[in-house]
Amino acid sequence: MLANSLRTGPDERGRFGLYGGRFVAETLMPCILELEAAYEEAKRDPAFQAEFDSFLADYVGRPSPLYFAERLTAELGGAKIYLKRDELNHTGAHKINNCIGQILLARRMGKKRIIAETGAGQHGVATATVCARFGLDCVIYMGERDIERQQPNVFRMRLLGAEVRPVRSGSRTLKDAMNEALRDWVTNVETTFYLIGSVAGPHPYPAMVRDFQSVIGREAKAQMLEKEGRLPDVLVAAVGGGSNAMGLFHPFLDDGSVRLIAVEAAGEGLDTGLHAAAMLRGRPGILHGSRSYLLQDEDGQVIEPHSISAGLDYPGIGPEHSWLKDIGRLEVTAATDREALDAFRLLARLEGILPALEPAHALAATAKLAPGLSKDTLLVVNLCGRGDKDIYTVARHLGVEL
Amino acid sequence: MTTRIEQRFAALRAEGRAGLVTFLVAGDPDIPTFERLLDGLPAAGADLIEIGMPFSDPMADGPVIQAGNLRALAHGVTLARTLEIVRRFRGRDQTTPLVLMGYYNPIWAYGRLRFLDEAVSAGVDGLIVVDLPPEEDEELCLPALERGLDFVRLATPTTDARRLPTVLRNVRGFLYYVSLTGITGVKEAAAEQVAPQLDRIRKHTDLPIAVGFGIKTPEQAAAIARIADAAVVGSALVAEVAAHLDSEGKPRGGLVAAVHDKVRALAHAVREARR
Repeated sequence: MLANSLRTGPDERGRFGLYGGRFVAETLMPCILELEAAYEEAKRDPAFQAEFDSFLADYVGRPSPLYFAERLTAELGGAKIYLKRDELNHTGAHKINNCIGQILLARRMGKKRIIAETGAGQHGVATATVCARFGLDCVIYMGERDIERQQPNVFRMRLLGAEVRPVRSGSRTLKDAMNEALRDWVTNVETTFYLIGSVAGPHPYPAMVRDFQSVIGREAKAQMLEKEGRLPDVLVAAVGGGSNAMGLFHPFLDDGSVRLIAVEAAGEGLDTGLHAAAMLRGRPGILHGSRSYLLQDEDGQVIEPHSISAGLDYPGIGPEHSWLKDIGRLEVTAATDREALDAFRLLARLEGILPALEPAHALAATAKLAPGLSKDTLLVVNLCGRGDKDIYTVARHLGVEL
Repeated sequence: MTTRIEQRFAALRAEGRAGLVTFLVAGDPDIPTFERLLDGLPAAGADLIEIGMPFSDPMADGPVIQAGNLRALAHGVTLARTLEIVRRFRGRDQTTPLVLMGYYNPIWAYGRLRFLDEAVSAGVDGLIVVDLPPEEDEELCLPALERGLDFVRLATPTTDARRLPTVLRNVRGFLYYVSLTGITGVKEAAAEQVAPQLDRIRKHTDLPIAVGFGIKTPEQAAAIARIADAAVVGSALVAEVAAHLDSEGKPRGGLVAAVHDKVRALAHAVREARR
């Protein structure tokens, strides 16, 4: 273990500096400790790793390509832009990587019932998919508002045999879906495995989800070395909870020359109060089992976030991101709804790719950043999801009726 | 020095009966109505008073208490105002133990040591913080104990023999046994399932044990009072508050009396349970 490595966290209490931890009700503690022990054991078991790798290759379709976006690069006139194409995965997003890992773990632990929360529906679809594949019961909690704006994914989950339970409490989005999933878990703790979709929640979830998603960064590193003979200079990824970003960034944490840029959802604008920029506009707080940057008012009440992208519409962020931001390893920027929509259309026209609205935020930040960088700068955008699910939302914002 | 909570449980033991712990959300449905509710609880038969500190995301609570939290927040109830309510109550009642229950983030945002100091001076006797398991004792539990505040912990059906000593380690005041796996106010507690669990826990501790989650009726409270040191009733009282609101959420006449009547019925059942 490198004494000065940034990749050794969390500590045994699940902390990344001030952040992380296990802030959950006692009912869940034995279960979380059991999960941690099972995961530690699985991690050391070569058979588990081999099975994970095999499903990633033959079921998910990995490795995902690292694609040189030639026309986008020419249009922006600066850095050489590569897209890490996790939108080509089975189910259309990076979420499936983590779902494969956790479902194999759930099976190993003998759990028969899987619950999950979902925002955009990508994690819900990925969870429903692996539950179908492994023959496990599946209940997906989804905010009523997200159900309205992500109808295709709701139908997909139902086709895959999952029960989608609408959540009507609070802002009726991702945070409330997670509250409701936690309430289910606490009620059915003996039989149920909670398949968390982001690098959030109590320890060991942030570390475990990161480990399963790190395949993105490991591939990108090898692919860039092969194509360009050196490491990339800049990595850009959108962050809601932060799993696609952490998956890309983590293998590069100790490569000090590589800039890591997280893009938060600025919604209608960072100073309008209608955004989901936890790191740029939040303060450290405790929600959903861990301490991290959190959108909250002066009294510690959680503020309802806003983003055009259901997957970024979350008031918190994974604890490891918060720590990396505080120590200066992570740069944080933001893109508005409008900028994300522009980037969505830009990529569609220039590269023939419809990005999901989540990575459209990363593309929007890239569109601002890349022109100022030299042409030999190697920049990777994590294209973590495809935009088919978002065409209704995009159409509505463009004033088109489908 | 014995605390108000210890004194109350000693007195209950001397009387040979269990206690009734009532739960309401601070400032629900509004602060003046809540203070009238609070003031009448001891006379109606509450032996210990538990007050919820409102939070936007009460993960361990069912729909009834969630709604109570949101009503209080809509009326501008903050942690500072909750402490003011306690301070005023303590000016009028120096004997009834009062426990604040809630979630960690509002306390963390307030400043945890500032909160503890002000809670002590306001006359709070104990704290229950749902999302602080023993693994996070350094956050709040240990500094609370240093200041003489009791820290009440939840034990649950999933707290097995191996874990129980960890859960009991820094508890003071009483242990709160959660009668079922789940959230507040949804399922119903079954005394015959709780009894063996209490026997198991009593082998490890002399602390009084209060049992809560899923106790709604006087009959259920009586059944729990026969086996536990106290029965906790929350959702049923918060539901009574909700039932006496008009379509705009304003309290109708009779709200305070209805809640106190409910408490009286529960207290009567608890007091008669072992006779």
